[in-house]
Amino acid sequence: MLEIKNLHARVEGKEILKGLNLSIQAGEVHAIMGPNGSGKSTLAQVLCGREEYEVTAGTVTYAGKDLLEMDPEVRAREGIFLAFQYPVEIPGVGNTYFLRTALNAIRAHRGLEELDAMDFLELTREKMKLLKMDESLLRRSVNEGFSGGEKKRNEIFQMAVLDPKLAILDETDSGLDIDALRIVSDGVNSLRGKDRAVLVVTHYQRLLEYIVPDFVHVLAGGRIVRSGGKELALELEAKGYAWVDDLAAKTGAR
Amino acid sequence: MTTDTKQLETLAKSEYKWGFVSDLEADAAPPGLNEEIVRFISLKKNEPQWLLDWRLKAYRKWTTMEAPAWPNVHYPPIDYQASVYYSAPKPKKKLGSLDELDPEIKSTFDKLGISLDEQKMLAGVAVDAVIDSVSVATTFKTKLKELGIIFCSFSEAVKEHPDLVRKYLGSVVPYSDNYFATLNSAVFSDGSFCYIPEGVRCPMELSTYFRINAANTGQFERTLIVAEKGSYVSYLEGCTAPMRDENQLHAAVVELVAMEDAQIKYSTVQNWYPGDAEGRGGIYNFVTKRGKCAGARSKISWTQVETGSAITWKYPSVVLQGDYSVGEFYSVALTSKRQQADTGTKMIHIGKNTKSTIVSKGISAGRGQNSYRGLVKIAKSAENARNFSQCDSMLIGQQCGAHTFPYIEVANPTATVEHEASTSKVGEDQIFYCNQRGIDTENAVSMIVNGFCKEIFNELPMEFAVEAQKLLGISLEGSVG
Ligand SMILES: Nc1ncnc2c1ncn2[C@@H]1O[C@H](COP(=O)(O)OP(=O)(O)OP(=O)(O)O)[C@@H](O)[C@H]1O
Ligand SMILES: [Mg+2]
Repeated sequence: MLEIKNLHARVEGKEILKGLNLSIQAGEVHAIMGPNGSGKSTLAQVLCGREEYEVTAGTVTYAGKDLLEMDPEVRAREGIFLAFQYPVEIPGVGNTYFLRTALNAIRAHRGLEELDAMDFLELTREKMKLLKMDESLLRRSVNEGFSGGEKKRNEIFQMAVLDPKLAILDETDSGLDIDALRIVSDGVNSLRGKDRAVLVVTHYQRLLEYIVPDFVHVLAGGRIVRSGGKELALELEAKGYAWVDDLAAKTGAR
Repeated sequence: MTTDTKQLETLAKSEYKWGFVSDLEADAAPPGLNEEIVRFISLKKNEPQWLLDWRLKAYRKWTTMEAPAWPNVHYPPIDYQASVYYSAPKPKKKLGSLDELDPEIKSTFDKLGISLDEQKMLAGVAVDAVIDSVSVATTFKTKLKELGIIFCSFSEAVKEHPDLVRKYLGSVVPYSDNYFATLNSAVFSDGSFCYIPEGVRCPMELSTYFRINAANTGQFERTLIVAEKGSYVSYLEGCTAPMRDENQLHAAVVELVAMEDAQIKYSTVQNWYPGDAEGRGGIYNFVTKRGKCAGARSKISWTQVETGSAITWKYPSVVLQGDYSVGEFYSVALTSKRQQADTGTKMIHIGKNTKSTIVSKGISAGRGQNSYRGLVKIAKSAENARNFSQCDSMLIGQQCGAHTFPYIEVANPTATVEHEASTSKVGEDQIFYCNQRGIDTENAVSMIVNGFCKEIFNELPMEFAVEAQKLLGISLEGSVG
């Protein structure tokens, strides 16, 4: 589904990703861990087409197509969803209106007819239940004045409504309380399926107890320096990243 | 430069949607301005002597005045002698109903999406259409007449209700008020007059569509609204204009008078031609709008959505004379391309316990320059006066500018004056967030800007709010993206 080869990317003239390789098949859940500033969010933004991040080398193929050729909104319409590490506030724009506009843009791209306000309400009601979202949040402006946890939950709610093929979650667990973590994880798990893939960026093993990954990768110095099964997360939790730095140094990623 | 910015700039180059010129045979004065022209206008309109005298006083005053230099706008000097000060479309015959309206005028209105048809009337909107300075169609009069409401063209009011006009004309904006108001007083062509008798609540939104049409004709509208004790009226003014090569001067005057417990709600959507990408050919909109809360507990609200014109110079103001009177100003001003706007309000507190609210949203895109200029003046007599002002600016792109000039003069220590200001950028992060949800940049910007203006749209009458939102969308599409 997603094939990243030798990806190099820089921002503000500084090279962040330095030859990253990653392959994700449909039906899989991958977790990426790694020290602060190692480039995890950069990877997520590059995959979603953020302009500031310049790809200097490498290829990314998504569902058989050249992902790097597509505009950000086209990538979204093709089924890529990013739950932002820092969700953005849009004052005065209703959450529901925003989400319906998004959904209809995606539906139009897929040749589906627009959902009117009523149909949309029906759809959201179900997802709200799933994520135990408070209805009042929907009536407010997009993320405006939301608590950190509410923002994260709203991201997953949007994901549930937009029904992506590849979901990228950038530290969705940070800022969530224990109950919310479970609810959000349930939301993500309900999306798991043989046609879909999930890429989870996290610092904590705890999330991976709820969203059990098929693969865990360690990103350091702009590359994947180690990959393994879910046990790798435990190992990291026990040992910290010091040894990863050594590894990165050895592989010349620094 | 990022793609977003580039895209914004491409969109900034798209054409003004409503740039077409209709072909009405104009009955015009020769170009130039002198006493003879003033007399010509007055004669053309069959005016009484007192009005001619008033015009002449204004004209003589004007010759001694100079155009104000303080607004933060820049334009080449205007050659007042090159303009035509009177032009009227020739109605083919006297109009009994809308069906008889000049088909040319009708189709012009249709292109603008202004419906003068029965549906609109059923929707409760009486329309007094102004083309080339002369009213050509007035509707719904009978219904209003039953209530004693007068709603007609200014010329007609001069003929039918000379005492009312004489009593209130210039009572809020004196003929000597300022350069452009004085010019208007000398040469005003037509406009609207509205009188709501005591205790009457006007059952529909009164609305006027302005349109500047004959080439090279400065347009000088004059609007006068008087609301007697305990009455209420909501008045809508909306406009757009055809594409032009020369700059067109527009210097309107609007006067509002609210007596005891009366309320006037005045809403404007302004979308005159802003000029091409270089700023050529846009309208100069130098307007004087002022309301007087003459009676106790009266209230005047100005709500404006300004998206057009090359230059806007406009400060709808309220003189709060009656005790406990209330003044409000809600404004959205959008400048893009090379548009310049210097707009804001004046709240003059004279009565006790008077209260004013100012909410201004300025949006700058392209190379637009947007200035908020506001004066809150609390006179010595204004015990316990209160003002709250909020001025928010939004910038789209790198080449535009936003400026805020709040002036506060307080002569009474019991006053409370609060001022809040903010400047935000339509962030790349907001646009990217929308993009990532499948929404393209043009729609994203439109959405973000509309969100920013929501508070103001909430103040507009429902129907108008929808129009305003569309207009902002169109202006952004044609100017920002
Ligand atoms: N827009 C930017 N301008 C300048 N530097 C940037 C920008 N975005 C990222 N960087 C830098 O790139 C590096 C990688 O950042 P990134 O956000 O990808 O790290 P991360 O792995 O997600 O870290 P964290 O775990 O703290 O979220 C950091 O050094 C960061 O400061
Ligand atoms: Mg990060």
